[in-house]
Amino acid sequence: MASGELTSKDYITHHLTNWSVGEGFWTVHVDTLGWSIFMGLIFLFSFRAVAKTANAGVPTKWQCAVEMVVEFIENTVKSTFHGKNPLIAPLALTIFVWVLLMNLLDLVPVDFIPWTAQQIGAAMGYDPHHVYMKAVPTTDLNMTIALALGVFILMIYYSIKMKGIGGFIKELTTQPFNTPWLYWFNFILEVVALLAKPLSLALRLFGNLYAGELIFILIAMTGLYQLPMHFVWAVFHLLVIPLQAFIFTILTVVYLSMAHEHH
Amino acid sequence: MNINATLIGELIAFLVFVLFCMKYVWPPIIGAIEARQQKIADGLAASDRAEQDLRLAQEKAKQQLIDAKAQASAVIDQAKKREAQIIEEAAVKAQAERDKILAQAKAEVEAERIRAKEELRKQVAALAVAGAERILQRSIDEAAHSDILDKLVAEL
Repeated sequence: MASGELTSKDYITHHLTNWSVGEGFWTVHVDTLGWSIFMGLIFLFSFRAVAKTANAGVPTKWQCAVEMVVEFIENTVKSTFHGKNPLIAPLALTIFVWVLLMNLLDLVPVDFIPWTAQQIGAAMGYDPHHVYMKAVPTTDLNMTIALALGVFILMIYYSIKMKGIGGFIKELTTQPFNTPWLYWFNFILEVVALLAKPLSLALRLFGNLYAGELIFILIAMTGLYQLPMHFVWAVFHLLVIPLQAFIFTILTVVYLSMAHEHH
Repeated sequence: MNINATLIGELIAFLVFVLFCMKYVWPPIIGAIEARQQKIADGLAASDRAEQDLRLAQEKAKQQLIDAKAQASAVIDQAKKREAQIIEEAAVKAQAERDKILAQAKAEVEAERIRAKEELRKQVAALAVAGAERILQRSIDEAAHSDILDKLVAEL
């Protein structure tokens, strides 16, 4: 809600600024870090609760729900990844549920979390205009790049582990043009293709969620008519949230599957 | 919108979460799911087998019932035959017994009759002697006239 003393630009900027601590590169976005770890812990504790008591008997309702997610991931991984690697499925599960939970924070009304943070900040004696709280971690490029970078490191690791350094370099240089004259050109193409994978992963998730958040903020400035518009956009976003989590997950599995295979 | 140390923090968080999930979350849950799938498959197979067994048992029971019926009717027939036989035997035996008793009784009656006749004859002889004594008014020398007496007795 844009109050009188704030311009629209100030309002948007305020909503899109992270709570930062530190200088230069060593700045830390406390809100991104805090909310993402909070969501991750919700995921791990709720699933761990099931894992502790899981047995083949009659499952509880929560166990059923968790098992549905686990089985969904298991089936997805099985249909895409044909090697044997005990890391892939848990990795996919972590990415899917964690990203889903972080994306779901986008559905909390845009002003709710920042406004609460401002009240708390004001009560603790800070200037409320300088208390920033950007709740949705996936609208922070640091978050999505960290995820994509993790996947990228695993891609490189498994490429080298499965094919050897020589095999990996061969894969980068001998295709698509299989003549020694064009190996340098192949290398440029393949490196671009390789780097495009994590970059597209990170930017796709960031772009979708950032745009969604921005539109929520813009709708929040339209006054009385914002309620139906918020509803419509939230319903649409309800599709985007699991879809983006799923796309990130499935692409991770596909990229790691490609890293395991010989071409 | 700048890349900074948050990225490193998130990368570490990501790593820790994935490792925790791989060690403590994924294996028990997927293990339970697979164990349950196995259990359900076993249960379905067992139920199929039980159905098959039931059908076989029903067939067997039906067959046994038919056998039992046949056996029962055979036993009944045999019993009827035996009954008739026993009755016939009993009748024959009773007839023989009756004949025997009848014959015995007849013999006894005959013996009694002969004895009574003998007795009577003796008494009549005595009576005749006494009568003759009276008539003759004298005693008869029994020894001398015994032949007459005997003849008399024989005539009676």
